Amino acid sequence: MEERTKTDLENLKKQNGSSVVSLLQEVQEKYNYLPEELLREIAKERNIPLMDIYSVATFYKAFSLSPKGKHKVVTCSGTACHVRGSEKVTREISRTLGIESGHTTEDGLYSLENVSCLGACALAPLVVIDGEYHGSMTSAKILEILNGHTAGKKENGCCCHDQGKKENDCRQVSLPRA
Amino acid sequence: MNVLHSRLKTTQDLEKLREQLRKNREEKSTYLAVCGDTGCAVWGSKTVKNFSQECLEKKGLAGTIGLKFTGCLGLCESGPVVIVFPQEIFYQKVQEDDVEEIIEKTVLKGEVIERLLYNDPVTGEKYIYARDIPFYKKQQRTLLASNWKNDPTSIEDYLALDGYEAFEQALTKMTPREIIAEVKNSLLRGRGGAGFPTGAKWEECYEVHADQKYIICNADEGDPGAFMDRSLLEGNPHSVLEGLIIGGYAIGAREGIVYIRAEYPTAVAKVRLAIAQAEELGLLGENILGSGFNFKVSVSIGAGAFVCGETSALVASVEGRVGEPRQKPPHLAERGYLNKPTVINNVESLANIPYIIRHGAVSYCLTGTEKSKGTKIFSLVGKVLNTGLVEVPLGMTLREIIFEIGGGIKNGKQFKAVQTGGPSGGCLPASLLDSPTDFEELSAAGSMMGSGGMIVMDEETCMVDIARYFLRFLEDESCGRCFSCREGISRMLEMVEDITRGESSPGQLDLLRELAHVVKDSSLCGLGQTAANPVLATIRYFEDEYLAHILEKRCPAGVCRELIQFSINEELCQGCGLCLKKCPGEAIRGEKKQPHAILGDKCTKCGICLETCKYNAVLKS
Repeated sequence: MEERTKTDLENLKKQNGSSVVSLLQEVQEKYNYLPEELLREIAKERNIPLMDIYSVATFYKAFSLSPKGKHKVVTCSGTACHVRGSEKVTREISRTLGIESGHTTEDGLYSLENVSCLGACALAPLVVIDGEYHGSMTSAKILEILNGHTAGKKENGCCCHDQGKKENDCRQVSLPRA
Repeated sequence: MNVLHSRLKTTQDLEKLREQLRKNREEKSTYLAVCGDTGCAVWGSKTVKNFSQECLEKKGLAGTIGLKFTGCLGLCESGPVVIVFPQEIFYQKVQEDDVEEIIEKTVLKGEVIERLLYNDPVTGEKYIYARDIPFYKKQQRTLLASNWKNDPTSIEDYLALDGYEAFEQALTKMTPREIIAEVKNSLLRGRGGAGFPTGAKWEECYEVHADQKYIICNADEGDPGAFMDRSLLEGNPHSVLEGLIIGGYAIGAREGIVYIRAEYPTAVAKVRLAIAQAEELGLLGENILGSGFNFKVSVSIGAGAFVCGETSALVASVEGRVGEPRQKPPHLAERGYLNKPTVINNVESLANIPYIIRHGAVSYCLTGTEKSKGTKIFSLVGKVLNTGLVEVPLGMTLREIIFEIGGGIKNGKQFKAVQTGGPSGGCLPASLLDSPTDFEELSAAGSMMGSGGMIVMDEETCMVDIARYFLRFLEDESCGRCFSCREGISRMLEMVEDITRGESSPGQLDLLRELAHVVKDSSLCGLGQTAANPVLATIRYFEDEYLAHILEKRCPAGVCRELIQFSINEELCQGCGLCLKKCPGEAIRGEKKQPHAILGDKCTKCGICLETCKYNAVLKS
């Protein structure tokens, strides 16, 4: 086990009171996935069968057993997004990146996630790329954004602003994280 | 918190502080309210707020003119929204460049900037004051009222606006029994979904004797298309916290938990801050205001599972286990969190409590219908013009909400249905637009109140596709514990998918109906028991549309991929080549300035050609 992981485990051991879910949340937050060795150690430390840890880890959507990509593309499939065409948008992203929802590209650069609702329904359909919210998406718009992103044209903020698009075609900013 | 306060030891201390804060507020009655809710934030409101701050400081006005980064102001469609107080001048789609002008002209001279005013799409009129805009005029904003005046990160604002007065009253002038009686008399019903009377829930738990009890605020707003709870927590977290503390006092709990979904990071941060502020002032902790009452609140973050909205599954999740529901009884009032008596209330239910205590049940009951009292917040979204957060008296008709407040359907299309109640609810057709929106009416119509998502659908929404959408959602979210839910939903989904692909036969519809009833009657928890609603309601009101798919292999709304085709009208096509360039599947052929054509076998039906064509030459059939 890496030295770093050992220190983390020491820290986790100190939190006797916290629940398995919150423990795994911390690990997920830190590594972007749940490394197997850490799950084994937690099971041993807490004296819980590994199977129970595994069932918690696979039950909740927030947890992943494999590493996530460097860039996270999240599509919202809430009802409001759905009626405004989010499925088409997701399909285009999936086709462009060559991965299904829940997967990561082979080069480890992008992972695509589909969530039930981000609670920003007025902006439907919504796609979040690395924490940047893109509202009122269409298949055509998301292709431009993604192509801009993959081509590394992202330095100037949102890639569709510099292409003579109408105002409000795609307005986005980064949201503060908790 | 801007000012450091010492811990309040008595109610007199609280009153003294409140008086001081009120005076401070009056001295700064001119202020800009910039909407800081997620909707407006995506439109760029944070930049607007930061720039306003800089501008005020540069002009030396920061001491006299206030700036509040508020919770949801309602009209998300027109964000970023800025309201200038005290006049309540309403500006929409405000950008960085507008800020200086707003301060120079409106704040300092009282002049109105024409171009930033809201132009109502229905009346065609421009409105200066928020209160005159039809979107707001028809609403009764009781819970959301303070969002306009309140900086959600400031407990001072909340206190100055009578915050924690209800708690003080409950603590010093009322016994737990009296509080429960007041809530019972208010006929408040749970706003999370099922509509169980809050007072009765509290009473049941109060009657149980135990050394420890818990009260949990359910902020696991799982219904897709609903964001009322998020907005309440982000816009006025103290109101929910106050409700939670009063509830805890009433049932005899010493500990409260706010269970929030991880997808709401801003709400989590605001609630944590609110708890810290209340602790600092001594409104949480030991011997609160010298009363001998101890109460603490912690935050528990959900890890993403819809079924955790079900109370027994929620308890399992807070305890750190897999969020599976269990058989009831024993009810949570007897055996809940850590096997102790527990009450779980929804965010909006708790936000109603301070109002009920302060104004009394009689006053609360003046609003609403016979059995559904008070107001309800809906997230009005989908194909409606004014998407946003609306608060109306229970019993208002769907037509009033969708057409008078919401401004009707986008792009001049026809209304087809409105979906309420999330995955447990149903779609209601135009013929029911005049029925009142309350718990009974919605259930009788085959839908339910749910938590308050109201998704408007137009002629381009396919109802079979909607049924498929919810079934897919539920298949994914079913915890898998009971057979009828786990297998039943999957089989229903298969049947509906066959219909959307045109691979179904007439007998399938009866089979689908039958299976839907089996799932409804034999599932363990609410998720399974209501899982058939989206199917049953769409079949009930839109059977024609099902039949068009089954018999004619046609999707009237043009949504189901397998049943639609794209083509190019040769007369309208100018041969500009834009669609050819944009088509990701290389499915379009044609010479420049000559009519183009779509190659059916290569077309992925992504619709990009239809979106990009400037001459309306692409047809969908």
